[in-house]
Amino acid sequence: MTPLSRRQFVEVLSAAGGGLLLGYRTDEGRRAASTAATAATLGPTPPAFAPNAFIHIGTDGAITLIMPQVEMGQGMYTSMPMLLAEELEVGLDQVQLEHAPPNDKLYANPLFGIQMTGASSSVRAMYGPLRKAGAVARQLLVAAAAQTWGVDPASCRARKGVVTHVATGRTLGYGALADKAATLPVPAEVTLKDPKDFTLIGTPAKRLDTPSKVNGTAQFSIDVRLPGLKIATVAASPVLGGKVASLDDSTAKAIPGVRQIVRLDDLVAVVGDHMWAAKLGLAALTIRWDDGPNGKLSTEDVVQGLDAASREPGVIARKQGAPDSALSGAAQRIEAVYQVPFLAHAALEPANCTVHVRKDGCEVWTGSQVLSRVQATAAQVTGFPLDKVVVHNHLLGGAFGRRLEFDIETLAVRVAKQVEGPVKVVWTREEDIQHDVYRPYYYDRVAAGLNSRGRPVAWTHRLVGPAILARWAPPVFKNGIDNDGVDGAVHLVYDIPAIQVEYLRHEEPVVNTGFWRGVGVTHNMFVIESFIDELSAASKQDPVAFRRALLGKSPRAMAVLDLAAKESGWGTPLPPGQGRGVALLYSGWDTYLAQVAEVEVTNSSEVRVRRIVCAVDCGTIVNPDIVKAQIEGAVVYGISGALWGQITLKNGRVQESNFYDYRVLRINETPPIEVHLVRNNETPGGIGEPGTAATAPALSNAIFAATGHRLRKLPLEPELALAAGKT
Amino acid sequence: MITLNINGRSHDVDVPPDMPVLWVLRDVIGLTGTKFGCGVAACGACTVHLEGQAIRSCVTPVGDVAGRPIITIEAIGQTSVGKKVQEAWVALDVPQCGYCQSGQIMSASALLASNAHPTDADIDTAMAGNICRCGTYRRIRAAIKAAQGAPVTGKGA
Repeated sequence: MTPLSRRQFVEVLSAAGGGLLLGYRTDEGRRAASTAATAATLGPTPPAFAPNAFIHIGTDGAITLIMPQVEMGQGMYTSMPMLLAEELEVGLDQVQLEHAPPNDKLYANPLFGIQMTGASSSVRAMYGPLRKAGAVARQLLVAAAAQTWGVDPASCRARKGVVTHVATGRTLGYGALADKAATLPVPAEVTLKDPKDFTLIGTPAKRLDTPSKVNGTAQFSIDVRLPGLKIATVAASPVLGGKVASLDDSTAKAIPGVRQIVRLDDLVAVVGDHMWAAKLGLAALTIRWDDGPNGKLSTEDVVQGLDAASREPGVIARKQGAPDSALSGAAQRIEAVYQVPFLAHAALEPANCTVHVRKDGCEVWTGSQVLSRVQATAAQVTGFPLDKVVVHNHLLGGAFGRRLEFDIETLAVRVAKQVEGPVKVVWTREEDIQHDVYRPYYYDRVAAGLNSRGRPVAWTHRLVGPAILARWAPPVFKNGIDNDGVDGAVHLVYDIPAIQVEYLRHEEPVVNTGFWRGVGVTHNMFVIESFIDELSAASKQDPVAFRRALLGKSPRAMAVLDLAAKESGWGTPLPPGQGRGVALLYSGWDTYLAQVAEVEVTNSSEVRVRRIVCAVDCGTIVNPDIVKAQIEGAVVYGISGALWGQITLKNGRVQESNFYDYRVLRINETPPIEVHLVRNNETPGGIGEPGTAATAPALSNAIFAATGHRLRKLPLEPELALAAGKT
Repeated sequence: MITLNINGRSHDVDVPPDMPVLWVLRDVIGLTGTKFGCGVAACGACTVHLEGQAIRSCVTPVGDVAGRPIITIEAIGQTSVGKKVQEAWVALDVPQCGYCQSGQIMSASALLASNAHPTDADIDTAMAGNICRCGTYRRIRAAIKAAQGAPVTGKGA
């Protein structure tokens, strides 16, 4: 029996139209407050009872789960209902899903205290709450049946939405029991299933969203159609902080289908009958921009600023032992500077948002990871109270962190305020790439000391870059430390006696910066796992053996490393020009992942990825096929970023604009990706991002093995060409 | 007025002849299964069939296709190859976010209609123009093989 603690509420609410409506809320996800990067209350203090999700069982037996977590490809619209269905004793096909409306009080992610989907948190946050809610509902329904028949609830069984009195074979469906169940007191304790009795959790259940995604019926926000809908496309100032100095729209206005030109301080939008008219209209505008203070800045200026900042000490994020003396007393001292570039997200669904501003309220159609923030920005821009702003969420055509921001919706509402009737604002791909909220440029200094046997005795890591959390979640940014930015660094898994991790916040506000798949851990892992590889080379040891020797205190990490090494054929010979590299990941996601990359480097310094092998221990697995899909996809996303991804600035302007100059991996370049899962009953870990975070160092280490070139800067392919040119 | 033959139905549309088919489908006729990704034929999200060939609708002027049969994702399941492709996509749970998958399925079904047993190299050639940012490429390849009846060795294999 699992007691429902004071902090885990399940309550029966009155359902319009009858049936059983359960609300539930839990704070248990915040258990990990010490480890989860941003675990803290971002929202207001919760009232005594405010359920954060709803389950409705109708008198017709229909079961509806209102989904606080959004679907952006990561499988939440399957794994979340699996958690509920397992304990409720219904088939997965019996659960219908609805997108939740914006409401932090009702739909907050228990790990974060606000309504958000991201940071590989959904299963970690909802594994307990959804199972408990399902179990409570099942217990109420069984009790309702037992009362109806005048029998002991223990003599009844629930299966597939039907309660059976075992001795007599009498049955009642959940629909027939829902009204009665709603009148019963919520049990103080619920029995959760023993994992060995799971029939859904742990199985490769089919994704519920697949059928609609193969026949064109899946609805993304860009697919919204409304009576009288106009389409707009936008040119925002190409330089952050710039303004429209002058505008000549005479030619644009004459284009058939162009209905309106909207000029605001920092952007111009063309509103038309369709996207073609809007695009032609935009191209016909003559806009002169006042660039403002950023109009002369380039990537080199950003790097100079970071480099200068990196020479000062930062705030200590982790310290153990005496790193200074251990470093100075070491037999061998190794130092390096690592850099990662700005990156765009380039989700395939371009930025878009539909808005209808009426006299008495505002309606927004979007696909967002932060729905309550969308509602808040629309309210702020229009001046309407929150309850006059209706937001409809949709399936997201990829997000990768981009839709944790609400700048897209803010802009769309600003445009829509000037337009009569509903308007869909669609960014061109060029505008999408050039006005992203980019993964920041980071600049890290690392140093280590090896003893005479080549074992690390000291490790220092100073990270320099913007504090995304200081902007995105101010209450979480404490003591000058961006807990996300240093997540992988402070969770360094290796047993080294003296460790110091410093963070130095340095903002270079020439572009907006935010979260990118893998968040802090992605840039941390490139530095840590490349540098560990440098140490293994300096001590003339095999990279896997070198890491193993430092994992005595972390058996789960050692197990995934051993599994990846075994499955990849680590140590077996490869032809000249080819190499294997390994990376080992652990972080606040509480997932262990080891990745071995096998690459071939051509004479012209092109990198061909031949094979990727991942071994993953993410604790309890809800759906192994979705876990595999997430790793496969995250690796592909990681390869694109590692080999080619970079956003560069010249005269304050982003130089890249579309897939021809912001290169991403294609099917003919995609290697076999093998995913080996460790099965256990540990607490679930995050799975959406680790695959991406481990990829860059695995590739870089493989390039080192193939060529002897140690690359300390991303993206790898141009760096390799530079390194090869110098030798 | 331009008369289009889309999914076996006739549509009269009052649009300029240089307007790309993509926007006619999405914004005028209301067939939103065909997706906008890049606007320059670099991502394949907008792929439809013109007389059985996969084309990028974002760069195809509507004036060039008047009267010629166009099939979109909404009707590809009515062809025997398209149906097999969709079934293979479901069997292997290919999609993640799903946004590119209309274009992937249109490219894959055009490939299989002209080449019942494509090699890996054939698949590379036919599918390299279709970007998937979720990275479902391994499953796309496996699903194309499954749709032609080759043994499926497991998801993502």
